[in-house]
Amino acid sequence: MTTTAPSPFAPPPEATRTTYLNAGTGLRSWLLTTDHKRIAVLYTLAITAFFGLGGVMAFLMRLELLTPPSDLFTIDTYNRLFSAHGIVMVWFFLIPSIPTTLGNFLLPLMIGTRDLAFPRLNLLSFYIFLVGGLFTLAAVSFGGIDTGWTFYTPYSTSFSQTRVFLVVMGIFVMGFSSILTGLNFVVTTHTLRAPGMTWNRLPLFVWSLYATSLIQILATPVLTLTLVLLGMERWFGVGIFDPALGGDPILFEHLFWFYSHPAVYIMILPGLGVISELITCFSRKHIFGYNWIAGSSLAIAAFGFLVWGHHMFVSGQSVYAGLVFSVLSFVVAIPSAIKVFNWIATLYMGRIYLRTPMLYAFAFIGLFVIGGMTGLIVASLAVDVHVHDTYFVVAHFHYIMVGGMLTAYLGGLHFWWPKITGKLYPEGWGIAAAILIFVGFNLTFLPQFIMGYLGMPRRYGAYAPEFQVYHVLSTAGSTVLGVAYLLPLGYLLWSLKYGPDAGPNPWNATGLEWTTPSPPPPDNFDEAPVVRDMPYAYHLEHRQFMDPDEAGALAAKKASRSED
Amino acid sequence: MPELATTLPGRPAPPFDSVGQQASARRLGMWVFLASETLLFGAFFLAYTVYRRLYPEAWAAGAQHDSLAIGTALTGVLLLSSLTAALAVAASKARAWRAVTGLIAATVGLGVFFIGLKFYEYWLHWQDGFVPALHFTHADPHLDLFFVFYFLMTLLHALHMSIGIGLWTLLGVQAHRRRLRDEAAVETTGLYWHFVDLVWLFLYPLLYLVK
Repeated sequence: MTTTAPSPFAPPPEATRTTYLNAGTGLRSWLLTTDHKRIAVLYTLAITAFFGLGGVMAFLMRLELLTPPSDLFTIDTYNRLFSAHGIVMVWFFLIPSIPTTLGNFLLPLMIGTRDLAFPRLNLLSFYIFLVGGLFTLAAVSFGGIDTGWTFYTPYSTSFSQTRVFLVVMGIFVMGFSSILTGLNFVVTTHTLRAPGMTWNRLPLFVWSLYATSLIQILATPVLTLTLVLLGMERWFGVGIFDPALGGDPILFEHLFWFYSHPAVYIMILPGLGVISELITCFSRKHIFGYNWIAGSSLAIAAFGFLVWGHHMFVSGQSVYAGLVFSVLSFVVAIPSAIKVFNWIATLYMGRIYLRTPMLYAFAFIGLFVIGGMTGLIVASLAVDVHVHDTYFVVAHFHYIMVGGMLTAYLGGLHFWWPKITGKLYPEGWGIAAAILIFVGFNLTFLPQFIMGYLGMPRRYGAYAPEFQVYHVLSTAGSTVLGVAYLLPLGYLLWSLKYGPDAGPNPWNATGLEWTTPSPPPPDNFDEAPVVRDMPYAYHLEHRQFMDPDEAGALAAKKASRSED
Repeated sequence: MPELATTLPGRPAPPFDSVGQQASARRLGMWVFLASETLLFGAFFLAYTVYRRLYPEAWAAGAQHDSLAIGTALTGVLLLSSLTAALAVAASKARAWRAVTGLIAATVGLGVFFIGLKFYEYWLHWQDGFVPALHFTHADPHLDLFFVFYFLMTLLHALHMSIGIGLWTLLGVQAHRRRLRDEAAVETTGLYWHFVDLVWLFLYPLLYLVK
């Protein structure tokens, strides 16, 4: 555990240097900041809290499912638990997660500018997000909602006795935050790139943020409108989606999934971008197929708009529509596979360093492939009739959302932690947590594929005894997973105080964000950067990997030499 | 050309390096926002179309209960306001601030007139008992559905109009004091205003002229 002790060669503590962290003090300087880096930190705190809340709900559900009858909670409470879990995790963790935290922090640094194009709008987005979250929290604490996260009509509008209106308000409000963040990112990428930062030199993480932003801008308003119609119907009793009054409930499903399927790509695309950065850095090789990876992000965003109907194969939509949606869903697998194959080609003949972020990247590739391949199974018309609304589907999307997106988020968080905080996290703990998360995750969700295929329906608080063995395995896995998630929370916070100083570039990585000190100064760069090279020139001699401690020692030596 | 420097007002706000870069960012920002708005109204038009196909008779009957005269007048007023808005943008580029102030005032006046006339029409609908959920006195549930769409779509449009009127008023006051903090704002507000007009140009045939 040499990495936990401060190295004697580490650069001297730079107490005098102004960073974004010490540029202003007091609560006010944080709550009214327009610095994208501070806003990223605010978002990180908020989504971590929401993740904790959603996670506790998931764990309570797993506890209930330990035994076949509903003995821990009533069925009604269980319904509210899974609904709140879904809503909090989807809209207040997964959708904002990577773009608002790592994206907010890194986008201006990566393209070499001082801030996002509209810094005050960025702060406004954060508060809109917070207000939406508070609405939802209020709804949960006033008794919650039992419709599931999909709010299918007419149950949600005419029958549910729970806090539908309040939750819908919360998500309606949060949507504006999502749109404005996407708008800010797109305009920033177009107008604020440093000299020399051409489109084909953009980091792949920026490409993925750009594609994500397009979806946020174009899909979210449809959800906004749908929720308005739903709210009107519930509030005034008009029959927009109520078949008893001439409304069409299938139309609600179409409109809902027109947003909520692309929303899946809002969640996963930034994760794909993070993995592209990690793979190339820790295999010390130029990324293979840069153009293809960048293009596949845009292709996923575009095709993602055309597949929503695969959620509705058994809802009564026309079978011909189902056929088209099925084919298009298979098509989305192509750009996703392009990414995976390019990552593997990048690893080939590379010098692979198994540091914590790289372990997360490996975990991501495996879990994403399983999640993606099972996606093809549920995209097949006939098979979907069998597995629809079973735990097979639950396992499929958790492999993408948790196994994919959350793994990428943690990988990215570890990779850029030295940049964000200026401190190194303890590598040994990082590796232990990454392995534990991988084991816990698979133990939780692999059994769900099996029980789902055998017929265990989703959203049931009580079940037939023959499924118990799978549920026990799953609950055991979720316990491991829960503990494993607490580890990074512990050691990352620990590193804030006790971690050794990271220096500007502990991974000896390429990219503009590593050319500025850690943590970055308030204006990001001491002098305006100019880009002269292609991205990811890891094959060059001076880009060899060294342990963060060695990098620190080298930086200190350089500093002392320049003083002489 | 030393006088060129004086024609560039003020300094760009961070993170921009130049006023030109800032203006192009704001212009792009508005276009991106309008793309988002298109999908918002687009979803509404889609839902409208689904029900019009399901209940063509009710839709035709519903449009008969609107006042064609008022609808046409509203369209005329709005087109006129788009003209004054476009002229205001042109005048701001020519830095003719008196004209800018006057044209913005005309745009605001026409906008307010539009909202007033629209709410007068709502009042007529109320008297005839065509307000769903609150005061609907007719038996046909499909007619009710038409008026749900009529009210929600025109109210959403009126909300956008009101935001536009607010923006123009702010800019008008600044132009009057010759203290326009951001000249690109006239152009971006103009873009927004034209977009809202364009939405009405779809609403007018869909709600007044369908048969």
